[in-house]
Amino acid sequence: MTHTETHITDYRVYGWVLFALLVLTTITITVTWIDLSALTVLVALMIASVKSFIVLKYFMHLKFESRLFTVFVVMVLSIYLLVIGLTFFDYLLR
Amino acid sequence: MEIHRDDIGARLGMWLFIFTEILLFGGLFLVYAVMRHRYSVEFHQAAHQLNAFIGTVNTVVLLLSSATVAMSITAVQRGEKRKGVLLLFITLLCAGVFLFNKYLEWGHKISIGLYPGSDMMIGLKHGYILFFSLYFFMTGLHMLHLVVGSIILTIVMLKIQTGSINPGKYTLLENGGLYWHLVDLIWIFLFPLLYLIT
Repeated sequence: MTHTETHITDYRVYGWVLFALLVLTTITITVTWIDLSALTVLVALMIASVKSFIVLKYFMHLKFESRLFTVFVVMVLSIYLLVIGLTFFDYLLR
Repeated sequence: MEIHRDDIGARLGMWLFIFTEILLFGGLFLVYAVMRHRYSVEFHQAAHQLNAFIGTVNTVVLLLSSATVAMSITAVQRGEKRKGVLLLFITLLCAGVFLFNKYLEWGHKISIGLYPGSDMMIGLKHGYILFFSLYFFMTGLHMLHLVVGSIILTIVMLKIQTGSINPGKYTLLENGGLYWHLVDLIWIFLFPLLYLIT
């Protein structure tokens, strides 16, 4: 058997995580009512990133998995951010 | 004789698959980003056509469904079979609500002639065509994932019921859950980028 020290998360933890995600959703919606012009996209993306971080860490169990999983996720996201960066570098300086 | 099993390996495999999905949607988000930069005014105006209320309801529904999937893992680990099945059933119900809302949303757009390739859409400005094409393609692909996820979770739910997913063996539930959270994760970005930035 390969069942090594399984972590059982309490229901309440997920309840709080859900609550936090709903609060963040409310903030995202409220922020769009305020006109931040150029910053709107940035703020929306920042809140979405915080939400994804919570989903990845708690719902997707990265917090309790081996570090290897987190390293992989960070690598993939870094590559993706690099691609976005390079694309805009090319696009804006054409 | 004991059959060899590698749960961590199975989950790692699922994660590798999720990475390919992230890059698939990532490509679309990249197109969105560049086109939004190029046609910022038109994207801005076109987004007003989307129903932010339905978008918000679907966001809440998806978050709730993600929480219940996560909770069902706890239930199965603790051997609370009925609870596990019930929680997954709530998830599937949420998926149904999501799809129904999408039906209303898309149905309305199609009824007024707004869909890729329609006469109305061809007549629109370039930025509008791009926005609505991306909207239909990205939410459509997301919806396809949601349908697939629902099928997987239905199978998982039945397997919990029959006992082939049990406190000693529940990797399929974990991997199905990971897939479902991915669907949620993508929506977390789709929602503000398509519906809210008006």
